[in-house]
Amino acid sequence: MHIHKYERWWLTFGMGMLIVFLATIAFAAFADNMNPPSGLQAIDPTKVSKTPPFDHPGVRRLPDGSYEAYYVAQVFSFNPATITIPAGKKVTFYVTSPDVVHGFFIAKTDVNMMAIPGWVNSDSHVFRTKGTYLLICHEYCGIGHQNMFAKIEVR
Amino acid sequence: MTEAVRAENRVVIAHVYTATAAIVLGAVFGALQGMSRASAFNAPAWFDYYRILTMHGVLMALVFTTFFICGLSLFVTYRSIPRPRKMILGWLGWWVMLLGVVMAAFEILAGNATVLYTFYAPLKASPWFYIGATILIIGTWIVAAEIFENVLWFRKNNPGVPVPLPAFTAAATFLMWWIATLGVVGEMYFLIPWAFGWTPGINVMLTRMLFWYFGHPLVYFWIMGAYICWYNIVPKFYNGKLFSDGLTRLTFIMLLLLSTPVGIHHEFMEPGISSTWKMLHTVTTYGVAIPSFITAFAIFASFEIAARLQGRRGFWQTVTSLPWNDPAFCGPAYGMLLFILGGFGGLVNASYSMDTLVHNTIWIVGHFHVTVGGPVALTFLGISYWMIPKLTGRALWKPDWALWQTRTWFIGMLVMSMSMHIAGLLGAPRRTAEVSYLGSAPNEWLGYMLVAAAGGLLLLTSILMFAAVAIGTLVVNEKGEDTTVEFAQPVAGTEPAPRMLQSLFRWGVVALIVAVLAYAGPLLEMLHNPGFLAPGMRTW
Ligand code: HEM
Ligand SMILES: [Cu+2]
Repeated sequence: MHIHKYERWWLTFGMGMLIVFLATIAFAAFADNMNPPSGLQAIDPTKVSKTPPFDHPGVRRLPDGSYEAYYVAQVFSFNPATITIPAGKKVTFYVTSPDVVHGFFIAKTDVNMMAIPGWVNSDSHVFRTKGTYLLICHEYCGIGHQNMFAKIEVR
Repeated sequence: MTEAVRAENRVVIAHVYTATAAIVLGAVFGALQGMSRASAFNAPAWFDYYRILTMHGVLMALVFTTFFICGLSLFVTYRSIPRPRKMILGWLGWWVMLLGVVMAAFEILAGNATVLYTFYAPLKASPWFYIGATILIIGTWIVAAEIFENVLWFRKNNPGVPVPLPAFTAAATFLMWWIATLGVVGEMYFLIPWAFGWTPGINVMLTRMLFWYFGHPLVYFWIMGAYICWYNIVPKFYNGKLFSDGLTRLTFIMLLLLSTPVGIHHEFMEPGISSTWKMLHTVTTYGVAIPSFITAFAIFASFEIAARLQGRRGFWQTVTSLPWNDPAFCGPAYGMLLFILGGFGGLVNASYSMDTLVHNTIWIVGHFHVTVGGPVALTFLGISYWMIPKLTGRALWKPDWALWQTRTWFIGMLVMSMSMHIAGLLGAPRRTAEVSYLGSAPNEWLGYMLVAAAGGLLLLTSILMFAAVAIGTLVVNEKGEDTTVEFAQPVAGTEPAPRMLQSLFRWGVVALIVAVLAYAGPLLEMLHNPGFLAPGMRTW
C-alpha cells in the first residue's frame, strides 16, 4: 500500500514521541521506583476491626525514624480522623475498607490510591511543607460520600 | 424514496430519536450536577445528587451513545449495501435495548440502584438493574448480527469485491464492541446471583477487572462511531474526498486490535494487581494512539485536497474554504478541535506515574467531556442535522439555530472542561455532590466549579436548541428534501486496499487472542491470590 511521504514523517514523529514518553515512564519506574500503589496483601473485610494493625488504626514511629499510618476507610469517615506527623519524614500510609470501595487522596500531593474491601493498599510520601492537609475519599461510596474526609497535620 | 428504503429509515429513526431523548434528559441532569457542585443547588432528599449522577452517566455513556451508534451503523450499512431485506433484526435489537434501558432506569429512578454508571461492587443494587443492563447489551448484539449479516451477504454475492467502506467501518466497530461486551456480561454472571442473595459475597477486584476490560473499549466504541462519520460522511460536506481507503481500513483494524488490551490503565491506583500488568497496559494504551494519529493526518489531508480542487492553497485559504455555516459540518469540526485537547489529556492519564496526580479528580471528568462530550457528542449532533433530512425527507427546521447549537456546545464544553481540568490539578475530586468538605476545602475549588456550572448551563441551552430543531423538523416542515445519500470516495487514481486489510473477521479472531493475552497474566495472578469475598451493602 502506498503511504504518502508526509504521512510517513508524521507517523515516525508520532511513534517516536510515544517511545520517548514510554521510555521516560519506564526509567522513572525502574530507576526511581516510581510505581503506582499496588498492595498485594489480602485481608478479610468482615474482620477488619479484629485484624492487627487495623484493630488500632493510627500512626506509629519506626526504629529507623520513618512513620507508618494505618487507616480504615469506612462509610462515611476515615479512622483516624486526624493525625500529626513531622515534616521531612517518610510516612507510609496503609488503608483498607470493611464495607465498599473508597478513595484515599491527599489533596495537593501524589498520595492517591483506592481502598478496596479485601485488600490493603499502601503508598509513601514525604511532606516537605508544614500545614494542614485534606485527606478525602474520592470514590463514590454512598449517600454521605461528599463529607468523607480527614485531616493530616504536618508539624 | 421507495417503500423499502422508508422501512429501513424507520428503524434508524427509532434509534436516533431514542438517542436524542437520552442526551436531552441527560443534559438536564448534567446542568443540575454542575450547579450542585458549585453549591448553587441542593438536590432534594427524594432525588439525591447521586441518583442524578447515576442517571446522567447511564443516559449519556450507555444510552445516548449506544443508540446513536446503532442507528448510525445500520444507516451506513443499509445505504452502502442496497438490497432487499427484512427489518426483523433491526427492530428486534431496538426493542430489546429499549426494554433493558426501561428496566435499569426504573430501578435507578426508584432509588434501588444509586451505584453510578460503573456499578462498582460491593455497592449492591437491585438485581433488576443488572438484568436490565445485560438486556441492553444483548440488544446491541442483535444489531451487531444485523450488520454482520449484511457484510457476509455482500461478500457472498460479490466475490472479490471489497466490502463498501461505510459497512466495513460499521462492522469493525461492532466486532470490537462484541469482544468488549463479553467482559461486562461476564461480570454480570457474578453480580446477578449475588444481588439476588444466592451467593454470600463478591470478588471485588475480579468484577473491577471485568468491568474495565469492557469500560475502556466502550470509549473506543464511541470514538469509532465518530470516526465512521469523519471518514465516510463529513468529507461530503466540503466537497472533499476520502484521503485513503486502505489507511481507513487499517485504522479500524488497529482500533479493533488495540482497544481491548488496555483496560488496566483505569486501575493504576488499585491493590491486588501488580505493577508489571499496569506497565504492560500502559504500553498498549500508547499503541492505541497510533490510529488516532493516522486519522488526524487523514482529516487535514482531506481538507487540503478539497481546498486545492477549488484552487486554494496554504493554511488560511484551506481553513476559510471550509463550510463554517453548515451545522452538519460545524458539529464534527468543532468536535475535532476539542479532540486535540482530549488527546493531550489522554496521554497524561495513561502514563502510569503522572496518573497519580489526577486519578479520580475532576480533571478526569474534564478529560472525558472533551472526548466523548465534545468530539463524539458534537459529531453525532452535527451528523443528525444531515441525517434527519435524509431519513425523513423534510428540510431541517431553523438551520441557524442548529448552527448556533454547535457553537454554544463547543464554547460550553470548552469552558466547563477547562475549569474542570484546572480544578482537578488543584486536587478537587469528582463524583461528589459538593466540594466544600464542611469548609475545610481550599477556596479556589469553588471558584472553578462556578465557572464549570456556567459552562453547563450554556450546554443545557444548546441541547434545548437541538431538541427544538430535531422535533421541529418532524412536525413543522414538509417533505420534499433530496434523500439520496452518497459517501466519501477515495481520491481519484488511488489503489484499493490490500487484501490483508479486507478480511475483517480474521482480524476479529486476532483481536480476541490479543485480548486474552493481555488479561491472562493479571487473571492468573488473581486466581493465585484471590483475596476475600465482600458481602456488599446498600449505602444510599
Ligand atoms: C449538558 C451537557 C453536560 C453537562 C452540563 C455535564 C456535566 C457533568 C458534570 C458536572 C459531571 C461531574 C459530576 C461529578 O463527578 O460529580 C459529569 C459527569 C459525567 N458526564 Fe457529563 N455533562 C454533559 C454532557 C455529557 C455528555 C454529552 C456525555 C457523554 C456522552 C457525558 C458523560 C458523562 C459521564 C460518563 C460522567 C461521569 C459520571 C460518573 O462519574 O459516574 N456528559 N457531567
Ligand atoms: Cu468514601
